Amino acid sequence: MRFTREHDVMQRVWITVVICLLLAFSWYLFFAGHNRPGGGFIGGLMTASAIVLMYMFFGAKEAGRVMRLSYPVVISLGLLVAVVVGMIGLLAGDAFFTQYFDYVTLPLVGEIELTTAVPFDFGVYLVVVGATMAAIVTISEDED
Amino acid sequence: MLYLAILAPFFIALLLPVLFRWTRARQIGWGLLLVPAALFAYFATYLPAIGRGESISREMSWVPSLGISFDIYVDGLGLLFALLITGVGTLVVLYSIFYLDKRKEQLHHFYFYLLMFMGAMLGIVLSDNLIILYIFWELTSLSSSLLVAFWYDRDRSIYGARKSMLITVFGGFAMMAGFILLYIEAGTFSIQGLIAQADSLLGSPLFYPAMVLVLLGAFTKSAQFPFHIWLPDAMEAPTPVSAYLHSATMVKAGIYLVARMIPVFGASEAWFWILLLTGLVTMCWGSVSAIRQHDLKGILAFSTISQLGLLMMLLGIGSAAMFVGGDAMESVYAAAITTAMVHLVNHATFKGSLFMIVGIIDHETGTRDIRRLGGLMTVMPIAFTVALFGLAAMAGLPPFNGFISKEMFFTAMISLQELSWGSAMLWVPVIGWLASIFTFGYCALMLFRTFTGEFKRFNFDQEVHEAPIGLLISPIILGSLVLLLGLFPNLMVPSLIEPAVASILPALDPELYSFRLYLWHGFNMELWMSIGVIVFGVLLYRSLPGVSGWWFFSRERDPLNKLYDGGLDALAVGSEKVTGIQMTGRLRDYLAYMLIFMIGLATYVFFRSDSLVAPSAIAGDAPLYLYGVAFLMILATVALLRIKDRISFIIVLGVIGLMVSLLFTIFSGQDLALTQLLVETVTVILLLLAFRRLPEITPERIPVFSRIVKLVISSAVAIGVFLVGVSAFHFRNETGFASISDFFKENTYELGGGKNMVNVILVDFRALDTLLEVLVLGIVGLAIIMLVKHRFKGGEDV
Repeated sequence: MRFTREHDVMQRVWITVVICLLLAFSWYLFFAGHNRPGGGFIGGLMTASAIVLMYMFFGAKEAGRVMRLSYPVVISLGLLVAVVVGMIGLLAGDAFFTQYFDYVTLPLVGEIELTTAVPFDFGVYLVVVGATMAAIVTISEDED
Repeated sequence: MLYLAILAPFFIALLLPVLFRWTRARQIGWGLLLVPAALFAYFATYLPAIGRGESISREMSWVPSLGISFDIYVDGLGLLFALLITGVGTLVVLYSIFYLDKRKEQLHHFYFYLLMFMGAMLGIVLSDNLIILYIFWELTSLSSSLLVAFWYDRDRSIYGARKSMLITVFGGFAMMAGFILLYIEAGTFSIQGLIAQADSLLGSPLFYPAMVLVLLGAFTKSAQFPFHIWLPDAMEAPTPVSAYLHSATMVKAGIYLVARMIPVFGASEAWFWILLLTGLVTMCWGSVSAIRQHDLKGILAFSTISQLGLLMMLLGIGSAAMFVGGDAMESVYAAAITTAMVHLVNHATFKGSLFMIVGIIDHETGTRDIRRLGGLMTVMPIAFTVALFGLAAMAGLPPFNGFISKEMFFTAMISLQELSWGSAMLWVPVIGWLASIFTFGYCALMLFRTFTGEFKRFNFDQEVHEAPIGLLISPIILGSLVLLLGLFPNLMVPSLIEPAVASILPALDPELYSFRLYLWHGFNMELWMSIGVIVFGVLLYRSLPGVSGWWFFSRERDPLNKLYDGGLDALAVGSEKVTGIQMTGRLRDYLAYMLIFMIGLATYVFFRSDSLVAPSAIAGDAPLYLYGVAFLMILATVALLRIKDRISFIIVLGVIGLMVSLLFTIFSGQDLALTQLLVETVTVILLLLAFRRLPEITPERIPVFSRIVKLVISSAVAIGVFLVGVSAFHFRNETGFASISDFFKENTYELGGGKNMVNVILVDFRALDTLLEVLVLGIVGLAIIMLVKHRFKGGEDV
């Protein structure tokens, strides 16, 4: 099944809202991961579902125009981020993949926790999005 | 500084692709000439210190937990080899500048491999750690193979490269196993550390296995019988490579290793016998086979094999110094080691020059076949002179350096009769002498067939003339060394040879083997043997036209190649058969293999540890809704089997997935439930997208037997999983290990700074696992793209 543009305007409008909600929720899941259910893997899958919706209702051409990066690049970026975060520990003289965290108090926001696990999880997130989308888009866009 | 010296070739090799873009090809050769030349000069500065009997060591820790450290140890033996590697390397690079066509050849590949080889070779001879030595050892195999395959569009090159790779890497693996056995016994990878423990090693049960394995490495690398067959085929490499790797340096790595290991293994008589016999057989086989060749490089290849056998044999005789008693006797056998070292250098000079001359002949006439060559003496006078020097040295004629080492070789063989076996050892000098006659024979063959006789111009496709001076410089230098070392043999003895012998026989008093070499010994047994070699050698050469009709002499290929080719074919056919049985291309078969294995494993564990628990042993009270969920799952699964329509199939499958995520929720695994839900969603989307491609479900007629097998496997899996669960629950408190869950429960917040344990485990405690998992995921994503977008459309050449 090729992704083609849906011609029903109403559907396109409300699906835009759904996609926005999904993306927002996936980001919520991603950041919630440290203390509540969620994380890079789940967030990534959720984002992927949102992007799939985009493909389904706006067609591969337009969705591809919105997604600037090709999926192999997203995958590589994710792996790169994950490895680089692991290297931080090495540079600091600890073992590979030592994660650090600290609590800082920001004005207006209050006390928040900063941890190196978040960028690592972001790498995971990118790979999950990239791999899922690569699989779905390649298989469905394939000719014959 | 020493580290820099060893690693410099690697660094410069890495810079090559960049350099190559900027400069013209021939200039790059001139620039690279500086590398070996500078290294040679650098290592030469160590000569005075080493000559005084000192040794230099540097230590650098690498993987201390495994005993691997990049330790460097420079002593006489290492320095002798380092000078040989860089010295011959300089001449070979100089030669190759003129030999390889800068317009047609991929010079940056060539120099890259060559520099990589040079660095690896230096690493072998200067490192003190066996694992480091092994790594460099395999690097030389690799670069040698790449250089043999330099003209990679020729089938013969590929064949030769693969053969040399297979044989030398096989030996390398064996050698590494030997090193590990030594490590198990001695607790160190350091060569000097092993030498210090040599006495206690001798009594250990792993001594002989380790010895055989290490020797396998040395014998394959140094082309000893019956592993020599790769060397003639490696002659497909460009001639500078043959001169460098396959005569002067790489094949001597095995000699180096044996020499290095003499203090460790030499005290056993088995070592002596293995080296003596292997060397003797190799020497004879090589020199007899050389006569059958028509290709000049083929003759040189077999001659190299023969000379390597000679060196191996000398080291064997010399290691007798480790177990005979008495100063006089020790001195006699230490002389054999001296001979080996002298001949090592001599061989590098004369064989190097001969290879270069053959390269010149090939370059100028377009052929190396002695049946087409002839009469080149007048056309190429300089090449002829150098070849004459080299061949005379190889045949053992005065006043060239080969004569001296050949006489010393005879002395060493005769001295064997002083051992406790007495005159029973007489057959060794006799066989060695016979091999020398054949050596003389093929030297004469090379000289006369190439340079004398009638010059047949129509045999050649091109105008034949003397080589340009650039090509001639290197062989002339080596040729002069042949003469110089023959006339003044003691030039290198005190500074180079004696320190090398000292590091091979560290226990001996240096007084015992410090003696001078002379061209003229007086009329003794050795001289008569030499005269005999000349007389019978001439007779052999005269009778060659008659002999060449015999079946043994009428074919060029070594009969042992049949064994190699046959073995390789059998391996390919055999693995194809095994693969054919296993790889059916049907997912259900693969699933069956995996499931059967897991059932077997579980059954084994059950009986091994007697841990089968009857389900009745546990009685739990589950809330009613759990039964409901379970019932729905069972219902959906049973329904699945009856469904013939694909859409319904996917939907019912989705029901099972949702039930599973419901179960996760009930047991408060929200993360798992969420993941399961999302995976389920994405899978369904994917399935629907790929729907169009899936074939109709056609009713399949499955044989009854196959149905029964499948039924048995499925039930076994179901029952097995159930029983494993029951048993694991039953014995949960008897494992003897504290559950790791408790650790995570206690430390998640303190160490990970997060309240979601699952996530903290994923991103912090087990971050490396997660990284590898996403790596797999990423590879799968890329693989799908590759498979779908770049799949064969039919008609491609696989």
